[in-house]
Amino acid sequence: MEALFYNADDGYLEAIVRGYRGSILNNTAYINLTQCETLDDVKLQLGASDYGSILQNEPHMSTSMLAQKCTDKMVQEFEYIRAHAVAPLQQFLDYMTYAYMIDNVILLITGTLHERDTHVLLDRCHPLGVFDSMPALCVATNVAELYNSVLVETPLAPYFMDCLSAEDLDEMNIEIIRNTLYKAYLEDFYHFTQSFGGPTAEIMAELLQFEADRRSLNITINSFGTELSKDDRAKLFPNIGRLYPEGNLKLAKSDDIEQVKATCDVFLEYRQFFDNTAAGSSKTLEDRFFDYEVHLNKKSFQQQFHYALFYSFLKLKEQEIRNIVWIAECISQGQKERINNYIPIF
Amino acid sequence: MAYSRDAAGGGGYSLVSLYPSIAISGLGLVGLYMLLTGSGEQFNVGDFLLSISPHMWSLLGIALCVGLSVGGAAWGIFITGASLVGGGVRAPRIVTKNLISIIFCEVVAIYGLIMAIVFTAKLNNVQGADMTSSETYYKGFALFWAGLTTGLCNLVCGVSVGITGSSAALADAQDGQLFVKVLVIEIFGSIVGLFGLIIGLLVSGKVN
Repeated sequence: MEALFYNADDGYLEAIVRGYRGSILNNTAYINLTQCETLDDVKLQLGASDYGSILQNEPHMSTSMLAQKCTDKMVQEFEYIRAHAVAPLQQFLDYMTYAYMIDNVILLITGTLHERDTHVLLDRCHPLGVFDSMPALCVATNVAELYNSVLVETPLAPYFMDCLSAEDLDEMNIEIIRNTLYKAYLEDFYHFTQSFGGPTAEIMAELLQFEADRRSLNITINSFGTELSKDDRAKLFPNIGRLYPEGNLKLAKSDDIEQVKATCDVFLEYRQFFDNTAAGSSKTLEDRFFDYEVHLNKKSFQQQFHYALFYSFLKLKEQEIRNIVWIAECISQGQKERINNYIPIF
Repeated sequence: MAYSRDAAGGGGYSLVSLYPSIAISGLGLVGLYMLLTGSGEQFNVGDFLLSISPHMWSLLGIALCVGLSVGGAAWGIFITGASLVGGGVRAPRIVTKNLISIIFCEVVAIYGLIMAIVFTAKLNNVQGADMTSSETYYKGFALFWAGLTTGLCNLVCGVSVGITGSSAALADAQDGQLFVKVLVIEIFGSIVGLFGLIIGLLVSGKVN
């Protein structure tokens, strides 16, 4: 039924995003990129792609500049889509930016804790997660102050409800705040997408469930050998995802990586993450997560008339920027043997 | 939270969900009253249908025929058009080629128009005793149902062609080789409208 009315509001934008998707670098482009000897060669190779126009007027190439420019391009495309979107797609797109807002908030708090320069920190924030009162975050010293002075005006305010009990801002607490925020955000976004029904709900469920499971697994693995208690750990797991509830309970009780592996063994798709015997076993766990994420995001382009492809497009674009930066980094540091560890998309 | 759950789904009955049952009980009461007071004869569907002028029936058929067809065509064109415009931003080459999808949708409106013209040709001014003759009633009913059949078939056909046309535009923008393949599917979709057209012609053909 969504096919009947979807195009009235969102047909144009869907087609635009599919156009953007067509410009994502394919395998041939990556092979050409990996053959490059210097960063100027990289610039030349990227000249044929969408990034050509933005790199044209840059006399000095550096990886940080490359990352900056590519991100700018992505943000530019996203802003175009958001400017043309009407509700409820607009709300959907806004939800996507909340993830970047959370990252920015955490970046600023952590930076302030280590007494970094505010301007440097603000420059490093992701442009998609920028909000007006951001500079004020640098003066906050405890969570309540943070909430009352700054965050109460942002869309993140409801997510902060669970973190207000934390007293001081130290390394540990910030990490807990980040994960609690993300948990609340993921759950809210999940329920929001499910309210659409149809293919949007179906595809977004798969994507967000994987995102939630990935976070649960990461939290578990990273918490081994730290002072985070098992009860606290369990509180950070999002209450969505395929691991919820049974897998999450098991993860909460895990003591080592073997138990995590046993938990994931139940799911065919998740089994490969811990399978070191298969081909490509040199890949890290993180890379395998990315691999699977790319696979899921590619799949959402197989259906028409749904919102998930806006989400998938942004994720694929992010992955592409990570790939380009990785390749550029390997070239500039002369680590050619590791250059093929990027994650191919199309 | 920024969004709210569906109010009716949260448990408890809202007034809106009770409307159908209220209407049914009301009608039942009226019906029982008429039946038990011996005036049940007043509720007579056949009489009601016959009391409507055959002119009304035939003109209603013509209106529905052209109206629904044009609605279907318009619906299909906007579904295709939105995707075509967006896809054309990145791949301008698709625009001219994919105008054929728009034409397929347009054809549906033309079917409706042709049928409406055919039906109009069968109209003539009937007066006096002829008005209640069985031929006149047959003419009215036949034109009504022929128009409705054609209209509904064309409505659905237009939507179907529109959705395939939108997919064709997007597929073509992604890979030029796909255009012809998707176009074949679209052609099959556009044939569906012809079935309604044929039946409409057959049903109205007996009218002279």
